[in-house]
Amino acid sequence: MSADTQLTRAQRDELRTVAAMIVPASGEYNVPGADDPAIQADMLATLGRDTKLVAAALDHLARLAGRPLGELDAPRRDAVAQEFRKHGGAAAATLVRVVLQCYYRDDRVLGSLGLELRAPFPKGHVLEDGDWSLLDPVKARGGTLRRAP
Amino acid sequence: MKDPVDVLIIGAGASGAAVAWSLAETKMHILCLEQGGWMNPAEYPSTGRDWEAKFYGEWSSSPNVRGRPEDYPINDDNSPIKVVNYNAVGGSTVMYTAHWPRLHPSDFKVKTLDGVADDWPIDYDALTPFFEENDRMMGTSGLSGDPLSPLTYPPMPQQPLGLSGAIIGKSMNKLGWHWWPSDTTVATMDYEGRARCINLGHCTPACAQGAKSSTDITYWPHAIRAGVELRTHCRVREITTDENGMASGVVYYDNDGVEQFQPAHVVIIACNGVGTPRLLLNSASSRFPNGLANSSGLVGKNLMFHPYAQIYGYVKEPTDSNRAPPTCLWSKEWYDTDPSRGFVRGYGVQFVRGAGPVFEAVVSEQKGILPWGEDHHRVFRKLNGHRLGFSAICEDLPEEHNQVTLDPVLKDGHGIPAPKIDYTISENSRKMMEHALARGREILETAGATDICINSPIPWGGWHLLGTARMGTDSERSVVNEWGRTHDVKNLFIVDGSIFVTSGGVNPTSTIQALALYIADQMKQRLANLFD
Repeated sequence: MSADTQLTRAQRDELRTVAAMIVPASGEYNVPGADDPAIQADMLATLGRDTKLVAAALDHLARLAGRPLGELDAPRRDAVAQEFRKHGGAAAATLVRVVLQCYYRDDRVLGSLGLELRAPFPKGHVLEDGDWSLLDPVKARGGTLRRAP
Repeated sequence: MKDPVDVLIIGAGASGAAVAWSLAETKMHILCLEQGGWMNPAEYPSTGRDWEAKFYGEWSSSPNVRGRPEDYPINDDNSPIKVVNYNAVGGSTVMYTAHWPRLHPSDFKVKTLDGVADDWPIDYDALTPFFEENDRMMGTSGLSGDPLSPLTYPPMPQQPLGLSGAIIGKSMNKLGWHWWPSDTTVATMDYEGRARCINLGHCTPACAQGAKSSTDITYWPHAIRAGVELRTHCRVREITTDENGMASGVVYYDNDGVEQFQPAHVVIIACNGVGTPRLLLNSASSRFPNGLANSSGLVGKNLMFHPYAQIYGYVKEPTDSNRAPPTCLWSKEWYDTDPSRGFVRGYGVQFVRGAGPVFEAVVSEQKGILPWGEDHHRVFRKLNGHRLGFSAICEDLPEEHNQVTLDPVLKDGHGIPAPKIDYTISENSRKMMEHALARGREILETAGATDICINSPIPWGGWHLLGTARMGTDSERSVVNEWGRTHDVKNLFIVDGSIFVTSGGVNPTSTIQALALYIADQMKQRLANLFD
């Protein structure tokens, strides 16, 4: 069963709203918000083992808000978010993590960070060998290994 | 009934692989039973774009989070440090940082030197040839000549210093403190069929390149070619004994979940400091009502984890982030006892190069330094790719109340009682951790770091599972003798981290494997009178 059907319509709406609160779109950095349709679709498609906790977190948010989060004015919404993050426990942490892990693998987002759009394997990365003369003072200072009797 | 084997090894991880390979030259019929399966590097996280997300699910270091059929649950609710491990051919060498220090000579004489805990019944010199043999087999990289560490001869050169290492080195030089490139089991050149490291990133959860040493790609191919039989997806429930009190074999569940009995003349346990006491306690019988090999009452007691004191911060310069193996340098500046510090013993330090973007975002949000809303993007760009970390591996002294018992309710997928952990961090360890955090802060601030954060202890940091079937010459105060044979059952041996008497302040895998090779050597020397 896909997460599309595991989350209710109301839960999906709340997910979109809270995702935009965590990471809004930015013209300055030319990145979408976490409420972007493609990023939302990624979240729903990959919720998997996190579905239960995320659903619980979204229900908790709805209870705190008393109505759909998007209908609250900004100060009230922020107050709800703070309360949610402070007392939401593992469910809230899971929801935030799901939002961030999907956001920070989106091509547009990674591109804006200057990161390559690929898996680490098989290309890997180049690591500069560095200036090993930095170790000279340590060698010069020496030291004594504590001996056992 | 199956034919008996000469030697039955339980567990195909760090120590099980080493002892199997070493004993293979005897040409005895050696069988190893492993509850996990063979790994497939094509499925390792770094082969996919979602490599970081996998750490939170199927590639979590916690068996309780992973919940694979090969894993067993662990009740660690009553411990501030949670157990992490991996269950497969290769065991937790599949999922480790590949940091490769070894115990120091002084670690074997803690009672004599510092008046605490107990001395080991063997000394460093007894293990020296086996450390060296193990380094060749596992394939280590490093720089010989560290003045504050035991002398090693890594067959490959050290990892590059990289951006992070240079920043750390400069900071340590300003403070006049010791640092050195770490010995690691990351291949820095092609070595024995393993390709060199290409910096896939945070390689803790397995290396798709095969550059990081794990026993499925080092010891096991050699052992199998030498005739050792390895049966996977076989979970041992209990060790059985005969009318003479000798181990007679094991009861296990095979790949199809069918109960089997495998008779054996010698049984070797290599299940780590949690799995080994669990198995011994689950092997209680009318003859051994408190668990097998437990006349001392010490099976499961004296659990040592190494509390990790971690501190990290963010510098203006770019760091290596996820573009290199996570650990690169160590320090032994505070390894030995200094009474002026207010605690006994000490800690090793491993420096950490950085983190990937998902991990950075998730952890920084949890720490409260990455805000929600408009400012998120600016702050994230300040943090991402700029992290430096310092982790102190604090020596954990043995205390009997820190223990592994059997959970009265929790069971694994085969209905076998699961382990329960009761553990507290001692006052001595807490003082040590505070000292380490203060030194770490000095190092980071000298490097210009800001937004400094602390994890102390690292909650999911129970990598090192030690002390729960300790070694000793006194059968009332130890579980195995000075060459790994249990005092109570003369054909039963233990070769994993549970036989540690004290923990030292370093990652233990090098020493665990050296001990396994040492015990195998002792067994080979005594084959004619092994049970005397």
